[in-house]
Amino acid sequence: MLGEGILKGMAETARNFIGSYHDPERLTTVEFPEKRIPAKQNARNFPFLVYDGVDPDMGLRCVACQICEKECPPQCIYIVKDAAKKPDYLGKMQFQPKVFDIDVSVCMSCQICVEVCPFEAIKMDTDFELSNPDRFGGLLQDKHRLSRPNEYYHKIHPTEASEVDARLAAEKAKAEAKARADAEAKAKAAAAASTAKPANPPQPATAK
Amino acid sequence: MDSTVYAPESKYEILPKANADGAAEGELLEVAMGPHHPSTHGVFRMDVALDGEQVVKLKPVFGYLHRNHEKIAENTTYLGSMPYTDRLDYFCSMTNNWAYALSVEKLSGLQPPERAEYIRIITAELTRLVNHTCLVGFLLQDMGALGTPLMYAFRERETILDLFEALSGSRLMCNYMRFGGCRVDLSAEWIGQAKTAVERYPLFLDAFEKLLTENEILIARTQGIGVLPPELAVNAGITGPMLRASGVNYDIRKADRYGIYDRFNFRVPLGDHGDVYDRYMVRLLEMRESLKILDQALRDIPDGPIMDPKAKIRGFRPKAGEAYGRIEGPKGELGFYLISDGSANPYRYRVRPPSLINLTVLEDMCLGETVADVVVILGSVDIVLGEVDR
Repeated sequence: MLGEGILKGMAETARNFIGSYHDPERLTTVEFPEKRIPAKQNARNFPFLVYDGVDPDMGLRCVACQICEKECPPQCIYIVKDAAKKPDYLGKMQFQPKVFDIDVSVCMSCQICVEVCPFEAIKMDTDFELSNPDRFGGLLQDKHRLSRPNEYYHKIHPTEASEVDARLAAEKAKAEAKARADAEAKAKAAAAASTAKPANPPQPATAK
Repeated sequence: MDSTVYAPESKYEILPKANADGAAEGELLEVAMGPHHPSTHGVFRMDVALDGEQVVKLKPVFGYLHRNHEKIAENTTYLGSMPYTDRLDYFCSMTNNWAYALSVEKLSGLQPPERAEYIRIITAELTRLVNHTCLVGFLLQDMGALGTPLMYAFRERETILDLFEALSGSRLMCNYMRFGGCRVDLSAEWIGQAKTAVERYPLFLDAFEKLLTENEILIARTQGIGVLPPELAVNAGITGPMLRASGVNYDIRKADRYGIYDRFNFRVPLGDHGDVYDRYMVRLLEMRESLKILDQALRDIPDGPIMDPKAKIRGFRPKAGEAYGRIEGPKGELGFYLISDGSANPYRYRVRPPSLINLTVLEDMCLGETVADVVVILGSVDIVLGEVDR
């Protein structure tokens, strides 16, 4: 019968229409500013810099190696190295950025800076409400605006942040163990040298 | 009026129209459809010459969205152009990633582990679902079914985009695949969600078909319209669902068996007539086959690493040589041709976009049809201007 297909289709739209009043499956949108869908764990928007502890300057993990600046596909990162060094989480003296700017209006949220960073210093934020009337002042973010504490990172990406912390802690423990072993070995060698000297035993390996 | 005044030649040609005896009968009307026309799926222009309502000439004009993709890729690292491939065909970023990763893997000899191959197939087939669902919605929108089918399609697409967001962090610009594997691993929870989505999808397809397939208006608007003969389709290099709707059995998933497609049991739907209706039906049937592949892949996915241990993120320099990697994208054969000179960026980077090449037969399909059908035919070609213009 001509028109049967149309009637069947209309029955389908009627089912959807009626369903949209009582069936939660069919209520596909939320009323945004009042209600929000929680961000997914892997969600990414724009990068930020992680710092440990309370002082954003001293705790900043970034060592100004400029790898992210080179790898960034749209070239939105700008870094100037500071001459002064500061200790990193291992206690080693490292460079730090004097200027670290990210132009958020150029950034395309690709996460490549996060992947190439060897120091776990740059991570992706999930904050998306960034609209701003001032294109340069508002969207060209400097070091202080980009720095966020590690706790914030834990809040937005809990699993990933715990993994990173575990990795850093393991590295630190390894470095400390190595330092301790080195120190012990040095001390032992010194002790051995100091005790061995007066006795002055023949050393076959070195005597030849 | 002074006859020496310079009169520029008209931009549009007015063609004299002749009757069978060769006597002038009137003039043809030249219309520029687009670039700002809602039916053109972006910024695309068709210069159409009309005899009454019939098309006698059609010239596609594109390039409005040219972004220099290939040259940018030649000036960034191999990894750096991965996010740009997302922006080629912004409905199918996962398959774009895969095609590019595949050609770089051919170039550098990296081999993704088994789990990564499964993940790639799962994401690629989900992408195919997204693309075909949207395409059917847009096609119906072009036919004048304003809203309803497109909104239903978008509602279903949302479930898959949520999966993509949970996996890769972004709904559309996934930037997920890497040379030699994938960026993040699937969780068991994600696989559960994907299984639910895949189980629910046939219900949607049934409802969608009930809404559309037997609809008399849709049949009247699509059957016998925009016929593409198989010989022309093969000669013009058409690929993808458009080629198969003309009855040519050619699917790169079967012909090349890239990745691990040889392990899956699925069929390739073919059309008979090569008209718009066949193109619509082939896509609906392909979605059901994709669901079959997804069922098998989500069931069989093994544990293991997701990256080739030889792969490295920083300082990636493949040895000198050339490679062409191609996959069956939702729109057709998507290929990346790369020449490496051993440095950190490709010496030559070329994209073989299915949308652009499928567009070349537009005039042949549209001649003799009416203006309203041109819109429908263009809708059935399935173009995305990000990929046509690059």
